Amino acid sequence: MTELTDLTLSEARDGLRAGNFTSRELTEAHNAAIERARPLNAMVLETADHALSMADRADQRIATGEGGLLEGIPIAIKDLFCTDGFRTTAGSHILDTFVPPYESTVTANLWREGAVMLGKANMDEFAMGSSNETSYFGPVVSPWRQTGDNRPIVPGGSSGGSASIVAARAALAATGTDTGGSIRQPASFTGLVGLKPTYGRCSRWGIIAFASSLDQAGPLTRTVRDAAIMLTTMSGYDPNDSTSANVPVPDFEAVLGGDMKGLRVGIPKEYRMEGLTREIDGLWQQGIRWLEDAGAETREVDLPHTKYALPAYYIVAPAEASSNLARYDGVRYGLRVEGEDLIDMYERTRAEGFGAEVQRRVMIGTYVLSAGYYDAYYLQAQKVRTLIARDFQRVFEDVDVLLTPTTPSEAFATGDKSNDPIAMYSNDVFTVPASMAGLPGISVPVGLSQAGLPFGLQLIGKAFDEEMILRVAEVLESAAIFDAKPESWWETAT
Amino acid sequence: MSLDKATVSRIARLARIRVADADLERLGDELNNILEWIEQLNQVDTADVTPLTSVVEIQLPQRQDSVPDGGHQDHVLRNAPESEQGFFVVPKVVE
Repeated sequence: MTELTDLTLSEARDGLRAGNFTSRELTEAHNAAIERARPLNAMVLETADHALSMADRADQRIATGEGGLLEGIPIAIKDLFCTDGFRTTAGSHILDTFVPPYESTVTANLWREGAVMLGKANMDEFAMGSSNETSYFGPVVSPWRQTGDNRPIVPGGSSGGSASIVAARAALAATGTDTGGSIRQPASFTGLVGLKPTYGRCSRWGIIAFASSLDQAGPLTRTVRDAAIMLTTMSGYDPNDSTSANVPVPDFEAVLGGDMKGLRVGIPKEYRMEGLTREIDGLWQQGIRWLEDAGAETREVDLPHTKYALPAYYIVAPAEASSNLARYDGVRYGLRVEGEDLIDMYERTRAEGFGAEVQRRVMIGTYVLSAGYYDAYYLQAQKVRTLIARDFQRVFEDVDVLLTPTTPSEAFATGDKSNDPIAMYSNDVFTVPASMAGLPGISVPVGLSQAGLPFGLQLIGKAFDEEMILRVAEVLESAAIFDAKPESWWETAT
Repeated sequence: MSLDKATVSRIARLARIRVADADLERLGDELNNILEWIEQLNQVDTADVTPLTSVVEIQLPQRQDSVPDGGHQDHVLRNAPESEQGFFVVPKVVE
């Protein structure tokens, strides 16, 4: 029999329903895998006992035929989702003692359908980062290594812990959040499927806010089918989030399959930009041929404002962050550092509680919103954002989906880019445009670089058309047959 | 435009983040690098463009102006660094 940790989520679900094994057995196997994976530093809280009691309840429900869509399935939760009674830190010192007295809507949806919580996954501090090196709890290491090279590789970020733990076969799936690429980029770096839904598809209630007009929750999984199963449960209207969309949630798994005849795929020429490696460009061209072989018609399209998406994002996101993070004041929750007076207490608390990248972004945000600079920076960025959204609207009159690389280059070694913010930001050059327009995107693993590291292709769809990107993603997945696995070096690491 | 030390100090004050005088220059350089890169946005002609306010076309929901939930004083105070008799405690504000 295959090891229980090697199953995909859908295989595990089917095995549980058939009675081939119990959720307790499945959960014990994953608890043990998480313990062995500690050298990856992917988890900031392990909840093994809680997982077992959830698994036992799931086994009872499966026995009586009442099981939900994810009954008995062990998963990891990014530490940005508030979990009732379980410490939730956002990867920050300022929240490192915070125990939420309530549950986020997305995680509540997952538990309602029977999922089992293995623990909370490490992440870049307040989701600000593309390599998971900004966490107060230390960097996450990818399970992948370059061939013949033992240097630690970054898993991408900000959902780096989620990506590492799923890629290491220690969780069947994980939740992530994506503001400018924080699900899709780590998925690409670790050989996973990562889906950022349309803005409004998943409730933001109970997810610690970074940039509220961009933040979306989504799954990281090992297959497209697993992403569809997770998304079906995570989605849904929530009156507690005023931007939650009151639209029907399809059974995303049921839409998979079908042929691609007549499908129109746009290839945005602006994505062939400086910094795109030849290998990734080559895989992109291969992806185009795969879709054509499946019956799709491809055509080049123009998204002329693409290069401005990233700088506009680095005004909008820090501006919203500076406002959202104003709540960490040492009064209501989290860290307090005493000072000479109230203002001094605020300033010392925030200086000690926030790491360097968070401080930089809060200050950039404060500056671009400050009197005299608001029009030049923030308003200009919001106008550019309108142009970016219009670019997409125009091309989606002629095509059903866009195919692009997820990232311009493969994963890099820990420390390689951490001293150059702009080089780090450039990781998200292909994921940020869809975020700025609120559109759904999915990264699908398609190959390994010569150095032995995975990378993915991205599909971008129309608003609320996750069905389309999932269907096309499955076609890419079956053509690419990405079956590479990282060697489990961490099992023997000390 | 380039931020000088006085401006960086003012931004830090507005952001309520204590920055030591010795760090102002290094921080200013970091912020200036990012701002210089951001300034390429000025190349875009946005004369007749309306700023984007919402990415999805959804009508904001309305509800009765009533209290749907509440009475969770213990929950609200549970994570407070310091609380007393049902209140948050802060350093003395009025002399």
